[in-house]
Parts: sequence; structure tokens; C-alpha cells
Amino acid sequence: MAYLIAGETGDWEVVIGLEVHAQVISKAKLFSGAATDFGAEPNDQVSFVDAGFPGMLPVINRVCVEQAVKTGLGLQAAINPTSVFARKNYFYADLPQGYQISQYELPIIGNGVLLIDMNDGTTRPIGIERLHLEQDAGKSMHDQHPTKSFIDLNRSGVALMEIVSKPDLRSPEEAGAYLTKLRSILRYLGTCDGNMQEGSMRCDANVSVRPPGSTELRTRCEIKNVNSIRFVQQAIEYEARRHIEVYESGGTIAQETRLFDSGKGITRSMRSKEHAHDYRYFPDPDLLPLVLDPAMVERIRLTLPELPDEKKERFMRDYALNAYDAGVLVAEQSSASFFETVAKGRDAKAAANLVMGDFFAALNASGKTIDDPPVSAANLGKLLDLTADGTLSGRLAKDVFALMVETGKAPDVLVEERGLKQVTDTGAIEAAIDAVMAANPDKVAEVRSGKDKLLGWFVGQVMKQTQGKANPGVVNDLLAKKMQG
Amino acid sequence: MRELTKLTIAEAGRRMAKGEFTAVELTRAHIAAMGAKKGLNAYITETPELALEQAKAADLRRQAGAVGALSGIPLGIKDLFCTKGVQTTAASRILEGFTPHYESTVSGKLLAAGAVTLGKLNLDEFAMGSSNMTSAYGAVENPWRSQADPGTALVPGGSSGGSAAAVAARIAMGATGTDTGGSIRQPAAFCGIVGIKPTYGRCSRWGIVAFASSLDQAGPMARTVEDCALMLNAMAGHDPKDSTSAPVAVPDFAAALTGDIRGLKVGIPAEYRPDGLSAEVAKVWQQGIAWLKDAGATPVEISLPHTKDALPTYYIVAPAEASSNLARYDGVRFGLRVPGTSLDDMYRKTRAAGFGKEVRRRILIGTYVLSAGYYDAYYAKAQKVRRLIADDFATAFETVDVILTPTAPTPAFAIGANTDDPVTMWLNDVFTIPTSLAGLPGLSLPAGLSADGLPLGLQLIGRPFDEETVFRVAGVMERAAGFAALPEGV
Repeated sequence: MAYLIAGETGDWEVVIGLEVHAQVISKAKLFSGAATDFGAEPNDQVSFVDAGFPGMLPVINRVCVEQAVKTGLGLQAAINPTSVFARKNYFYADLPQGYQISQYELPIIGNGVLLIDMNDGTTRPIGIERLHLEQDAGKSMHDQHPTKSFIDLNRSGVALMEIVSKPDLRSPEEAGAYLTKLRSILRYLGTCDGNMQEGSMRCDANVSVRPPGSTELRTRCEIKNVNSIRFVQQAIEYEARRHIEVYESGGTIAQETRLFDSGKGITRSMRSKEHAHDYRYFPDPDLLPLVLDPAMVERIRLTLPELPDEKKERFMRDYALNAYDAGVLVAEQSSASFFETVAKGRDAKAAANLVMGDFFAALNASGKTIDDPPVSAANLGKLLDLTADGTLSGRLAKDVFALMVETGKAPDVLVEERGLKQVTDTGAIEAAIDAVMAANPDKVAEVRSGKDKLLGWFVGQVMKQTQGKANPGVVNDLLAKKMQG
Repeated sequence: MRELTKLTIAEAGRRMAKGEFTAVELTRAHIAAMGAKKGLNAYITETPELALEQAKAADLRRQAGAVGALSGIPLGIKDLFCTKGVQTTAASRILEGFTPHYESTVSGKLLAAGAVTLGKLNLDEFAMGSSNMTSAYGAVENPWRSQADPGTALVPGGSSGGSAAAVAARIAMGATGTDTGGSIRQPAAFCGIVGIKPTYGRCSRWGIVAFASSLDQAGPMARTVEDCALMLNAMAGHDPKDSTSAPVAVPDFAAALTGDIRGLKVGIPAEYRPDGLSAEVAKVWQQGIAWLKDAGATPVEISLPHTKDALPTYYIVAPAEASSNLARYDGVRFGLRVPGTSLDDMYRKTRAAGFGKEVRRRILIGTYVLSAGYYDAYYAKAQKVRRLIADDFATAFETVDVILTPTAPTPAFAIGANTDDPVTMWLNDVFTIPTSLAGLPGLSLPAGLSADGLPLGLQLIGRPFDEETVFRVAGVMERAAGFAALPEGV
């Protein structure tokens, strides 16, 4: 079932490694006290440190360090007791210091692992190479003035975690699953909001191809700054096919940095290796090595929430859900907890069906989020209770759900107000059956002569007569008895 | 009035306390002297109005009974310290028009102690130089002249050349300096004053224009050991805004001047006697050893075997850091901008016009030694050698309490000399650089005069954060030397 691309000379395997830049959730920047809110007026959140003024010095923000440690723990990764900040030197107008403070040889987080969930319910472990802390650059705006570029330094100095996977991914689908899962874990941990549109999570993809079964790593190309999971997948597919075409026509791939053009769905060269920057990394002499207090790491370990993988396992175990359903429900912490509120003390399968079916559909249609849902979890639970105790039939429950979305009212209130209670009173149902049978003696005869299929028609007529309120089970039973008798 | 400028900081403080004169009078005396000594070019920016305001405020505070340790003392500030509302140039054209909105921690602490600031002192551009000849604001003249050639102006040393010249010429009672490889000690020696580079981390670097971050350290320059101790008391201390500033307590350095050094062991390193060492310097060094012996200390021959590697190591580490530290001077946000046809063109033109030759040379060296393929051979290796140099000192300090060496291999030389070959100029710092690489405190004090009547300095090196012993020994030597010679026109 491996994902292979068929070329003219045979099949090809795709080798992918992803570098994700995740903006750390913190009030202040990595090395200055300036604020980090998204959407502020340009250059409103800039300290002299962020603007690279003479004599200014960086001071590490402990909150950002703790967030990186938390993320490392969430990725089951090695927490390096000592790490070193290094300067990555290059000139650009939105890089005020003329270097980015990053980590090079000794990152704060080492090897870890991330389990990706595939659509068929299977999982696959993907290696995490490292996670390091670094500063973001500012933003250049080239469309504000005919001859000048404008610079906004609000982002300058904001803390990023660069999370680097091993080249373990083998298809665009896996790359998508990796990003989805990583985003899910970051959100669970509260270390990054994972918003790719606002740029708080950005992805570079390293792509190469090779014949299936080969273990070599061929020359890779790096596709920079792709800003949605779908585009990452498109870019990988395009790039892999480009490599195959080059190899099959006898060419060689040159290591280079490429950009994805989402409009055309293609990648194009940004700079070749010969023109690659020599970043002249060296340890930042303004900062001491970052030494982690083991007690701090343990304290963070104790505050870790239940993460998606554990939660999924528990849902499968405790609620007897299948892997796919459990996977969908745990993707977001809030939907998992919403589900648990609905399912608590009730039929979990019914709760899962209701949440993932009608509820998710209504949620999507309403444009609301699960934190401000169109129907509360408590009311959904009540709806399930009304079905379970026979007050509502399945069909009535659907109607009541629609009314709940429309009015925001509780299901018991709606049942009361609109008289939607299911009729289980055999007397009333018997009367309705008698009426229908009396009005259709020919059809009664047909049933009695063996045309069982017509029974369904009778059930429908009785339901119609009772405005759908009759308990379908009771209708079936009574009807069968009366036909016999 | 003129006599007031000849007082020491300690004495002026005592006499102001007694009400013999006011801070305003003391400041006016200095402003008048500055006017008479403009030819030295010691100040880049003079701030007489600001100084008088500060002096008035100091006098008012004194009347109210609230007096800082340096209340009303007129000082000069090396123009590498950012000063709020006062142009800060680093003696470079690239900072043209730059007026900081913030005050460096060290100059701020001096102001908080009541000091009066007379202006911003000249220096080698970005503190890169040993002669003050690389300043974009012109060379500084040493107030001393050679008796053999009184018509030739001499360098004050560098990079804190303006600071040393101003203190020697009595146009500041003391001055801040910064020392990366000898920039306080060598000019102090050339100008016949006292200067100390404290232990790395003793003073905050926040607000000081960076040259080489792992080496830069602020320190005081004054005419007596006690004055330096008083200034350092005010300047030192942990600063949360500088991650490399040390969270250690600041002792009372002036109280360390007990005059008693009996039983102390003084290391005399064999490696500080190179072939080119002038006989005069060797002689004053011997004299220094004799003074210490007389005071009850024991000279001990020691070896610092990696001394010869210090200069090449320094000229890899310091330019590497400088090449990165100076990347921010790009014409985008402050200082000089020379327009170009593209961003890269603007960078090229701005930096070519803004940086002088020595700064450009060091940026090129630094960029080279950090480049891919050269990093291990140069920068990484230099870091290892730096460790060995520090280990030499650590080993020596297992047996001795302080080390005595010459400060510089020669007395002050003529302006314009030593400019053909940069390495000749760099050799000026051969005795001060090892201390800088090891991060140790080093003090230079005037110990005598050359045959031509020029000051010669001796250097005392101490254990990390043991400036007290350095001051104590320096105090004894100062008394023994009885250095009373004065430069021209003072």
C-alpha cells in the first residue's frame, strides 16, 4: 500500500522531511519584553532590543524556554540540560541585528517521536530530529510605496520553535497527517496556536525521490514557507514529480531552495546552493549557555495534559470507539472534552454518532467553533436521554435536534412546548392501527395472504396518523398481532 | 579656580562636604580648562550646560543632606556609552546623528551617584585601535611631550585615548573607559594615570556600543588608585539586562586600600620579557618588584606558557564577534544612510562610507574566520587556545595572589607612527590581551618616567572578582612610586 509515483522507467518512492516554525505562545518576545499580539499597528510592539539599537542586549524569556520544554516532553523527546544560542548572520532589511539568534549545534530539545494517524485508522511513528528556539525576523512590505519597502518589526524577536522531522515521511498524505498531528499536540499543550493562515505555524518541506527499496538519500530541495497543509501536500507532489522527470531524462537535481506558487501549483527556484548564505554561525557571546533546572523540567512534566494519543487509546478502551472515530474526536482538545460531556453515563457509540454526525454538520454549517457551539454538550446529552428512555423516536430526535439548533432551547423544553413526545400508549396506537386497517381492507387482505412487504406501508400510515409520535417498536408489534388476528 | 581641577576625586569630595567650594564651582573650573585644552581633541561632544545643571542639582541635594558617593564630581564619558539625549558616536561616521533614548547602565549608575558629566570622550572608532588615530573625529593628542622631541605630538594610546588624555590634562577628574584587549590600561600607561579593567561581568555592558561582547568591559580611569576604587564602587554591580553580568556582590573597593601587603605572593611571569621589550620598561618593572618586596610581599617567578598565543587568538575572537556586532549598522534604522540602487547597494555604500579602514579590516577578518570551511581552523581553535590561556592564569593563581607585568612594551609614540603595518600597532596590547582573554581584572598605574620624560605603566592582574587585592597592591605601589610628574601645561 506504499505511496509510489509511477514514472516512465518505473516506480519512485518519495522521501520527505518537514521543518515547522511554530510561534511560541507567550506574552513577551524571546529576548525582550515587547508584546507579541497579532494584528497590532505596524511597529507598535518593538523594543530597542528588537530594533537592534546600539548597546542593546538580549535577555532570555523563561516562559519561552518552558514552552519549548513542554513541547519537547509532548513529543517524547530528549530534553537537553544544556543548550547554546548561536548567531545566524545575514543581512536583510527586516533583520535589525544583522543576525538571528537561534540554536545550532546544541538545541534545547533532541530526538523525539510523533505518531501520525492515517485515514485507515493505522498509525506510524515519525522521528523528530530536534526542536530549537529562535527569534523571528520582522516583515518587509514591498507593496506600500512605488519605490520603497516598508518594514514592520512587530514580529521581530518573537519566539519560534523550529521543529525538524527526520526524513521519515513517504507521501503527501503522511506529510499532511504529520502537520495535523503536530498542530493538534501543540494546541493541546498550549505552546502554539497552530494558525497557519496568520503565520503562527509555517512549514518548509525537504523533498527527494528514490527507487523503492533503496536506502540512499538523494539530493533534496527545500520548499520554503508553505502556509497551509493542502499547499504542503501539493508542493511535495509537484516537487517529487519534477525530480522524477529530471532523473528519467538523465539529469541531476541540484540542491536548492524553492518557493511554492499556490496560484499555479508549482515550485520554482529561489536560490541555488552556490548562492546559499554562509550564515557564519557562532555561539552568541551576549548569552550564557541555557542550563535547565531538572526540577523545572519535572514540574512541567507534571502539568502535561492528556495528549491526543493517550486520549485516543482511552476513548477506544473506555467508550469502545473504533480508531477512526476516536482519532477524529481527539484531534482537538475541545471536541474531545465536548464528546466526553455528552457521552458521560450514556451510550458512547450513540454519543459519538450524534457528535460526529448531526452535531459536526450543524457546527460546520453555523460557522461557529466548538467553544461556542450552536448546541451545548449538556443539551445534546439530554437529547440522547430522551431517545434512550423512549420519549423520542429516532426521527423525532432529528427534528428536535434541528429545533435545538434553530432556537438554542433544551430538548425537554422543546418536547414539552411542541408536544413532540413519542406515543407509547398502546390504546392510542391501537386506535390508529384500527382506523388505518378499516380504511384499507383490500391491503389488509393482501398482507394476510402473505404480502409481508406491505406491512411497512401500514407502519408509515400509522406514523402519519400519529404525526410521527408513535413509538415505531410498539407500532410494529401491535400491527403484527392485529394482522394475525 | 584652576587649582580645583588638580584635586583628586576623593579630595574634592571631602572639601565639598566641608563646604569649601560647590559642585558648580568645580564644574565651572573644568569647563574653563576644557576650553583651554581644545587642541587635545579629547572630547567629541562637550555638554557644559548639562554639566552645570547636574552640578546645581548636586549642590541642592547636598544642601538637603542627600549626597551620592560621587556627588558633584565632573567626569567624562567615553563616547562608546549610550547617553540619553546626548549624541553617541563610537567615533564612527556610521553613527552620525544618533542620539540614544536610553542611558547605559554604567553611566546611569554614575549619574545616580551624583556625578556631573562634562561630555563624550574621543576614542578609536568602535574602540578598535591602540592610538586613538582611527577616530572619525580626529586623533587625540597626549598631553605629555617627549623631552627629546617636544615639537611632536604623541598618541594618548587607545582605544580610551580621549578618556586618558582628559584625565591627565585635568579636564575631567575621572572618566569611563572600556577595555577589550587593553583599551583602558594601555592609554592609562601612556598618559600617566590609573585605569582598571575589572573582571569580565563586574560592570554591565548594557548600553555600551559593542565591539567584542565576550571581552568588552567598562572600567574607571582616574589619577589615583583610590579615585578608581571610588568610581568602580559606583559603576559595578549585577544588571539583569546583561545576561553576562555577574550576580556577585560589590565590595567597597576603597576600603581595600589598607596599605598592607605583607605576606602576599606576587607572580612575575617569565613570558612577559620578550626580545623587543624596551630597557626602560624592563627597568621600571624591576623597580616595581623591588617596591613590593620592600613592602613585605614575595615575588615569585611564574610561567604563563600560552602568552605568545594570546595576540593571534585575540585577533580571531575579537574581530569575529565584531563582524557580527557591527552588522546592525546598515543604514536602515539609525545613523548614516547612503542611498543605493538596491538594498545590497545601500548596504555597500553606507558601510563603505561609514566605517573607517581599521574597522573594515577587522570586519573582514572576522567574517573570514567565521566562514564555512574556516570556522574550525580559526574560531573554534582560538576558543580552545583561549581556554588554555585562562588555565595558565588559574594555575598561576594557585600559588600567587597577584601578577605584576609591564602594561605596554613602549611609552607613547608619535601620532602617525606605527601605521604602515597593523601588526606593529597590535603589538601594543601584547601584555594586556592575555588578561582580557582570561576575563581577569587588570590595573595599570604610572610607575615612572622614560629617559625622555614619558610615563611608563605597570600592570597588576588579579584573580576573578578579586579587584580588592589588585587595588590593595596598587595602593602600596602608588605610594612607593610617588609619581608626581605632570604633563605639559598642567
